[in-house]
Amino acid sequence: MTYQYPSHGQGQGYGQGSGQGQSYGHGYPDSPTAPVVAGWNDDRTGWDTPTAAWSTPPTRARVERPRSGEHLLDVRDLWIEFATRDGVARVVNGVSFHVDPGETLAILGESGSGKSVTAQAVLGILDTPPAVVRSGQALFSGEDLLTMTPERRRQVRGQEIAMVFQDALSALNPVYPVGWQITEALRSRRGVSKAEARRRAVEMMDLVQIPAAAQRIDDYPHQFSGGMRQRVMIAMALAMRPKVLIADEPTTALDVTVQAQIMDLLATLRAELEMALILITHDLGVVADVADRITVMYAGRVVEHADVHTLYGAPAHPYTRGLLASVPRLERRGQGLHSISGTPPNPVAIPAGCAFHPRCPYAQQMCRMTEPTLLRIGRLDRASACHFPPEALDARHA
Amino acid sequence: MARYIIRRLLQMVVTFIGTTFVVYALMFANQNDPLQALAGDRPVSDNVRQVLTEQYHLNEPFLVQYGYYMQGLLTGDLGRTLTGRPIGDVMSDAWPNTIKLALLALFFATLFGITAGLVAGLRRGSIFDNTTLALTLVVVGLPIIVLAPIAQLVFGVKLGWFPTTAGARPSLYGLILPALVLGAASTATMMRLTRASVAENVRADYVRTARAKGLSARRVVAVHVLRNSLIPVITLIGVDLGTLMAGAIVTEGVFNIPGVGSKLLLGIQTEDGPLVVGFVSVLVIVFLVTNLLVDLLYAVLDPRIRYE
Repeated sequence: MTYQYPSHGQGQGYGQGSGQGQSYGHGYPDSPTAPVVAGWNDDRTGWDTPTAAWSTPPTRARVERPRSGEHLLDVRDLWIEFATRDGVARVVNGVSFHVDPGETLAILGESGSGKSVTAQAVLGILDTPPAVVRSGQALFSGEDLLTMTPERRRQVRGQEIAMVFQDALSALNPVYPVGWQITEALRSRRGVSKAEARRRAVEMMDLVQIPAAAQRIDDYPHQFSGGMRQRVMIAMALAMRPKVLIADEPTTALDVTVQAQIMDLLATLRAELEMALILITHDLGVVADVADRITVMYAGRVVEHADVHTLYGAPAHPYTRGLLASVPRLERRGQGLHSISGTPPNPVAIPAGCAFHPRCPYAQQMCRMTEPTLLRIGRLDRASACHFPPEALDARHA
Repeated sequence: MARYIIRRLLQMVVTFIGTTFVVYALMFANQNDPLQALAGDRPVSDNVRQVLTEQYHLNEPFLVQYGYYMQGLLTGDLGRTLTGRPIGDVMSDAWPNTIKLALLALFFATLFGITAGLVAGLRRGSIFDNTTLALTLVVVGLPIIVLAPIAQLVFGVKLGWFPTTAGARPSLYGLILPALVLGAASTATMMRLTRASVAENVRADYVRTARAKGLSARRVVAVHVLRNSLIPVITLIGVDLGTLMAGAIVTEGVFNIPGVGSKLLLGIQTEDGPLVVGFVSVLVIVFLVTNLLVDLLYAVLDPRIRYE
C-alpha cells in the first residue's frame, strides 16, 4: 500500500498560509442543499452541512510549515499486529498521516479500526507483546520514534507528545489529588519544587477553565464532574507544554453539552499553545468544528484523507459516505436512521481485496480481488482508497 | 470521621461484652468442679473448699459470677489464676513475647509476601510466577502443626542455623524461625493477593496515563501500581495481625515460647477459667482495635472511602 504525499509547493494546498479559507471546499459548492453524497440516500437529498460552522472556516492559527518539507509528526506506513490465540490480528496496516504545529488532524473510525492502537504506538505506550510494530516510521521532528532508544523515547513521551485519554475517571489515579497528578511529571522529571508545582497546578487548572482552581487543587478525581475531570486530564497532558497533543476519544464518556465545551477548549488551547492536535474519534459531529484535516480509518487502513470541508462536502470513499449518511439529522425526522450494514471485520480475518467490500453498496468483482491503494484525488491534499473515483460512484447512482 | 470512630468504639463495647460473656459462659457454666480440678487427685478439705468457694463466688448464680468478673475487669483487676497467681502478672510475662513474635511474623509476611507478589504480578507467567504459585499452594496446604516441627528439625537441628526452642526469655534471633513458620501462611496469602492486585492494576488506565506522562518505569510501579495494589493487602495485614497473635498456640507450643498461646493452652487444659477468659478478653480487644485501625487506614489509602 502506498501513500502519495502531496507536494507542498502548490498554492492551493491547505496550510500554505496564503488565502485562508479559499482553499477549503475548493471546487465544491458551499450551498447547504447541494446533493454531494450519492448512493446512500435514496431520496437524493444528499449530504448538507448541518451547522453554520461547517460552511465557514474557523479562524486558525497561522503557523509556518517547516521549510525542509518535514512535518512535526509524520507517521509513515505503520504496520502493527497483535498475536492472539486465534491467530495474528492485523490491527494497523500501512497507516500514514502527518500533522503540523497549530493544526488539528482528526483520525476517524469505528471501534477496532486501529486508531487508538496507532496513537499508542506513536506515544510508545503500546504493550509489546502482545502488540508488534512490524514496520513503518513515526518521525517526530525528523527523528524516528520507533527506532530511538527507550530512554530517549521516554523523554519525548509526555514532554513532546502528550495524550488525553477517553475515560478520565479511570485514566486518573483515584488515590492522588488532581493537582499532584497534574504536576507529577514536572516534579519527577524536571525537578520542580513542591511550592512551584502547586503554583503551576493552579495555573494549569486555570488554563483549562476549572473554576476555583486554587481551592480544588487538593481534591481527588472522584470529587469532580465528568467534564471537569476531562479538563484535569487535559491540564495534566499540557503540563509539560507538549508540541503534539493526541486526544483519544476525549469526549466519548461525556454528555453532549459537555462534549462541545471540551472540544472548544481543545481547539482554543491548540491555537493558544500552537500545538499540533490529533483528535481520535468515532464521532463525526465532534470533529466537524475543530478539525482541519480528517483521516478516516477502516480495518486498520486509511481509506480516506481530506481537509474537513472537502470530506464533509464531498466524501470520496464509500465508507466515509456511509458514515456521513448515518449521522442523525433533524430534517430527516421520522425516516429512521441510516446505518452501514454488516459489522467491521475481525482483524484476524480481514476480507481479501478491499476490506470494506462486504459492506459496500458499490462493491464490484475487482473489489473482492484486489486491495485498492490510497490515491490522491484532485489537487488538494486529499486521497481515497477506492477503486472508483468519486465521480464514478456518483454516476452509478445518478 | 470523629462520629464514625465514636460509633465504632460503642460497637466495640457491645462486641466486647458479648464475646466475654460467651467465653465466660463456656468456661464456667459447664465445668464440674474447678476446685477439685485444681487439687488434682488429692481430697479438698471442707474448710479450704468453703474459703475458695467464697473467694471465687462459686455458689452464686452464673450471671452474678459474670457480674463480679466484669466488675473486676473494669477496675483493672483480672483476678487470679486457680493457682493463686495474679492474671495481670501472667499477662505482662506472656504478652511481650507474643507481640514480638506476631509483629516479627507480620514483618516477614509483609516483606516477602508483597515483594514476591509484586514481582510475580509484574511478570505473569514467568518461571518466578509459577514457582511461587506452587510454593504458596504447598505452604497453604501444610498445617502449621506439620510445618513447625519440620522447620525445627531442618533449620534448628540439622542445619543448626537457629535455636530449636526459644526458652523462657526468648531473644529476637530465637524468634526468627518461629516467626517465619507462624507467618508462612500469611506470606502465601499476602503474596497471592498482592500478585492478583498488581496484575489487575498494571492494566489499569491510570497506569497507562502514568506511562504516557513519560515517568520512569520504577516510578510507575512504585507510585502508581504498588500504591494502589496495597489497598486490599492492608486489610489482610490487619486481619492477620489478630490471627497471628491468637493463632500462635501451636507455634509457641512447638518452639516452647512462653507467650499468650502457651498460657491459653495451659488454661484450657487445667480448666483455669479466669485465665482463659482474661486472655481471650484481651485478644478480643486486640482484634477489635486492629480492625478499627485497618478501617481507618483504608480511608487514608483510598480517598474514595469516607466515613461519615
